Amino acid sequence: MSLKVRLIPCLDVKDGRVVKGVRFLDLTDAGDPVEAAEAYDAAGADEICFLDITASHEERDILLDVVARTAEHVFIPVTVGGGVRTVDDVRALMLAGADKVAINTAAVKDRRIVRDASEKFGGQAIVVAIDAKRVNAPGEAPRWEIFTHGGRNPTGIDALAYAREVADLGAGEILLTSMDRDGTRDGFDLELTRAIADAVTIPVIASGGVGTLDHLVEGVKDGGASAVLAASIFHFGTFTIGEAKQHMAAAGVPVRLDGLGATGDEP
Amino acid sequence: MTIAIIDYGAGNLRSAAKAFERMVGETGRADEVMVTANPDIVARADRIVLPGDGAFADCRANLAAISGMIEAIDEAIDVRGRPFLGICVGMQLLATSGDEHGSTPGLDRVQGEVRAIEPADPALKVPHMGWNTLTPRGDHALLAGIDLGRGGLHAYFLHSYHLVADNADDVIATADYGGAVTAVVARGNVAGTQFHPEKSQALGLGLIANFITWSPA
Repeated sequence: MSLKVRLIPCLDVKDGRVVKGVRFLDLTDAGDPVEAAEAYDAAGADEICFLDITASHEERDILLDVVARTAEHVFIPVTVGGGVRTVDDVRALMLAGADKVAINTAAVKDRRIVRDASEKFGGQAIVVAIDAKRVNAPGEAPRWEIFTHGGRNPTGIDALAYAREVADLGAGEILLTSMDRDGTRDGFDLELTRAIADAVTIPVIASGGVGTLDHLVEGVKDGGASAVLAASIFHFGTFTIGEAKQHMAAAGVPVRLDGLGATGDEP
Repeated sequence: MTIAIIDYGAGNLRSAAKAFERMVGETGRADEVMVTANPDIVARADRIVLPGDGAFADCRANLAAISGMIEAIDEAIDVRGRPFLGICVGMQLLATSGDEHGSTPGLDRVQGEVRAIEPADPALKVPHMGWNTLTPRGDHALLAGIDLGRGGLHAYFLHSYHLVADNADDVIATADYGGAVTAVVARGNVAGTQFHPEKSQALGLGLIANFITWSPA
């Protein structure tokens, strides 16, 4: 088997600008998402993820313009999420040049968007983003619930049951974020990642909590993730994409090292 | 010389157009890359590209909905002998039929059926999503000069179905994913890639350059 584990830098975008900027390499404009995406492409990233956190849905054209300009300059896949409410929103992003579209709250509210969008665009293009938080009492069996609005609003929906449901409805991938770990740099919630990865037959992207390169390895080896997503360790220049991939390869995780040296494939 | 990229409502046309424009420049040619829904332009183009994102049946219906487009494709391929490249679902549409969301007839350019991928190892996830290496079967101009094989470059795949060709010789490269997955097909002046060359960095750009300079026998 020679399919590689994907390493995905994620850029938070607000009003067409990268939130907090990207402090790596020599970007002339650290706030330009297109320039950052190009730099990550050149550095060996396997995909780019844009997460739009613009409050107003009326500013959608700005995001579409960012996606369109990115598609013209970046020759790796681009996933776009944030504020996707309808099948028409999915279509607009796909036509702008997104390869995959991530649906979050809209699917929690009404699962039909997952089925409708995957029938229209093929399941391979539809990612369901799941924000999960541990809700079991100490000493109880682990249990996670779906939260919306950046982890503030509980929904009462069990994360495992929800993951199975959206996979059955045709989603092609799950972007799984642990709201307990997001922003902590303590590593992925590996129990959560493993539970979801084992529950579904579609790929799972692990997200939330990466602080070291070993965390990326753990997400794959212990969590069973098909891809690992990180933001701050790359944006702030703590590690380069190349360093991360070399570390993963040295730990026995198959990664794509085209242009970065050895292949990382097993002999 | 013109390279026509057929616009029939599938996404991802910008990336494809930009990748072709870039490689036209790098191969030192002066072809004009046109994204078009006009059958007259397709019929007269020097090279034709059929991209595709989405479900087989939906893409087939969208293509048929453009009056005269299928006839234009036939004219370009059969009468004018122009090189034709299908990408992803655009490649799958070359098959005799596809069985995603019910059986749908294809363009029957590469005889065979588009079927769900069924990796021998049930632990392998479907869709087959991400970067994989290619195993070439024999030599083909479209793959010339590209570093292939297990230690070679990677192509980006994003699919749950693949083209199972009736004639094994039509498959010029496969990817290993719990068994051989059809990666590149070619029959005469018609070819297709299951992966996205416009999203496959060096390997993809190399294949696009080869297509731009391809002179099918």
